[in-house]
Amino acid sequence: MHATANASRKVSCKPSRLSRHISSALRVRRRALPLSAALLGTLLSAGVAQADISDDTVKIGYLADMSGTYRDLAGPGGLDALKMAVEDFGGSVNGKPIEVLSADDRNSADVGANTVRGWIDQQNIDMVGGLVASSVSIAVTRILAEQDTLGIVSGSAASSITNEHCTPNHIHWVYDTYPLANGTAKAIVDEGGDSWFLLTADYAFGHALEGDVEKVVTENGGTIVGKIRHPFPTSDFSSYILQAQGSGAKIVGLANAGSDTVNALTTASQFGLVQSGQSLAGLLIFLNDVHALGLNVAQGLQLTTGWYWDLNEETRAWSQRYYERNERMPTMVQAGIYSSTLHYLNAVAATDSDDTATVRAKMGETPVNDMFAKNGIIRADGRMVHDMYLVKVKSPSESTGEWDVYDVIRTIPGQEAYRPLADSQCALVKGQG
Amino acid sequence: MAVLEQEQERGAASAGKASRRITPLGALYLGLFVLGLLAPWVAYPVFLMKILCFALFASAFNLLLGFVGLLSFGHAAFLATGAYITGFLLAEYPGLSPVLGIMAGTLGAVVLGTLFGALAIRRQGIYFAMVTLALAQMMFFFFVQAPFTHGEDGLHGVPRGELFGLFDLKNNHTLYYFVFAIFVAAFVLIRRVVHSPFGQVLKAIRENEPRAISLGYHTDAYKLVAFVLSAGLAGLAGATKTLVFQLASLGDASWHMSGEVILMTLLGGVGTLLGPLVGSGLVIGLQHQLAQSALGDWVSVILGAIFVICVLSFRSGIVGECQRWLEKRKERDEV
Repeated sequence: MHATANASRKVSCKPSRLSRHISSALRVRRRALPLSAALLGTLLSAGVAQADISDDTVKIGYLADMSGTYRDLAGPGGLDALKMAVEDFGGSVNGKPIEVLSADDRNSADVGANTVRGWIDQQNIDMVGGLVASSVSIAVTRILAEQDTLGIVSGSAASSITNEHCTPNHIHWVYDTYPLANGTAKAIVDEGGDSWFLLTADYAFGHALEGDVEKVVTENGGTIVGKIRHPFPTSDFSSYILQAQGSGAKIVGLANAGSDTVNALTTASQFGLVQSGQSLAGLLIFLNDVHALGLNVAQGLQLTTGWYWDLNEETRAWSQRYYERNERMPTMVQAGIYSSTLHYLNAVAATDSDDTATVRAKMGETPVNDMFAKNGIIRADGRMVHDMYLVKVKSPSESTGEWDVYDVIRTIPGQEAYRPLADSQCALVKGQG
Repeated sequence: MAVLEQEQERGAASAGKASRRITPLGALYLGLFVLGLLAPWVAYPVFLMKILCFALFASAFNLLLGFVGLLSFGHAAFLATGAYITGFLLAEYPGLSPVLGIMAGTLGAVVLGTLFGALAIRRQGIYFAMVTLALAQMMFFFFVQAPFTHGEDGLHGVPRGELFGLFDLKNNHTLYYFVFAIFVAAFVLIRRVVHSPFGQVLKAIRENEPRAISLGYHTDAYKLVAFVLSAGLAGLAGATKTLVFQLASLGDASWHMSGEVILMTLLGGVGTLLGPLVGSGLVIGLQHQLAQSALGDWVSVILGAIFVICVLSFRSGIVGECQRWLEKRKERDEV
């Protein structure tokens, strides 16, 4: 089945592009076809329209949490961003319609894996987008690799997705914990915030984040004056915040996520942590969290983000369009879903194919240039490397509107922000550094 | 509620003695069995396997709630223990037979069930539920922290392997028949237990425990055995689920899972043998359908509403109500 699909794909290549396509076909494993067969195929069916895109449809599945914790981060808004990308592309690729399916994974790896398996087996889906909870993303990318389908992870935080869990079949688009921890910690130490107190969620994710921050702080000449771990999840942070205040550290780093971060920030605000001269550093906080907390609580907080709606004219224009449809400003994840879908569709159009390896190769060799990223590069391990932004949450008096919440302090170049390939544990790039 | 059972006993008696004709209930089971054999050629096998795994889980839970009257709010701990042990062993030792992996997972759940059971059966009613919930939450935190479970990320890439070195379980249809065989075996075991003298004592304990004690039964021992049996079967369900999805995640251990199995059992009909099967089919089917429809973000609300309606208007569940209706019709016919 693969061989025939490949043969028909070769057939429709325009003669001018033929040689390049053949050479790329020979380069890619499993797709190597004898040169003569490809040429013969071209001669035999020249002028006959061929189905290069399977089922004559490009099918995109959107899998995300639509009803739980991550609803505001990705959820229905992410689906709309994906649809915006499809609409902006014209609803079809080279005359073949684009179909969008969506499902709620309810943050369950079982449900997510089961849905994607069903999509592949029954719907012959071409790409899966969205993907928020890390456990769901890892489960889904395993299946994608097994079934040779493409996936673009936009919402997950775990940097392991392109490290020990990397596959040739998925791309991690928006952010991961590595730049969040490194970007924020390094920038703060450079600015003189050299003594840290860490408040860590007591499970694998928190430990990893804590380790990353500790490394960056000490490497840049700072010290960790104290750290404390709290159970996951926790609602009462008062004793932890009191210890943080007592530690005398300049910076209180929050190595936790979601409701834990929100609760810790609220408690810190009630205890007047910022007013008493300490600063808070959040390591995994999103626009929707800050919006929900309010500027009174979140002001002064420094964090790293992959994108912000108010960066430049282009981001403002797109966000305005999004706002009109959703009555919310887009988060970086939602913007990333738009950007990645558009990049995917461009690659499908350019190669006139929806074959995973072909499209993935094309996506990798084309830099990402849109309202989300400038000269973003998709590495062999699947990491999309793009600039990150260190921001500070505005005080209520500085803010001019409901969504005007960040001051961009610094642009962190992608190469500096993300984990270097030399340190990667990904089997695809190991030893290439 | 008891009509099916009575019918069954009567059927068994008549089949055992003079006539060998098939009873209506026997025909129903046979029909379901044939349906189960044909189903993967019509519906999507992975979806069916999910229903079977949860039906087994709900049946195990129902054994305790429906036939001993003990409401456990911590069955997720057994499901997760089975899932994690099997997943860990199969992922770490790739040559291991899936059967051995599943057996190890089930055994793990049995051991845990013995520990939990010994503590929990000392209390009744809401206290029993709270003790099991507390113990299950302890297990949840253990799974969050333990390195072999990979915490939030979950345990991934569990190979399905080969059955007896003959059948490749990577094929969805082959795996389906394997899962179906496990389910049928467990179902037959549960049915056997419920209709055995041991099961009669369990029902006596459910109806009136002091009376059972006064008749000389050592009820704690009976309750413990039932608890361990239920835990083991829940572990078997978890172990099988790991093989199907090739992963074990924290979701299996969370208290939501314990709640979901209560929902399935009550919807289908508590204390009936087929109720958990119907309930799990309904809940999983609804989740599956709704998740991909425009109502996607309303799944929890809709399931909640159905649960409320069920509890308010037909308390004995779908299968329970059907049995009541049959019973009434029979009485009317006799009159």
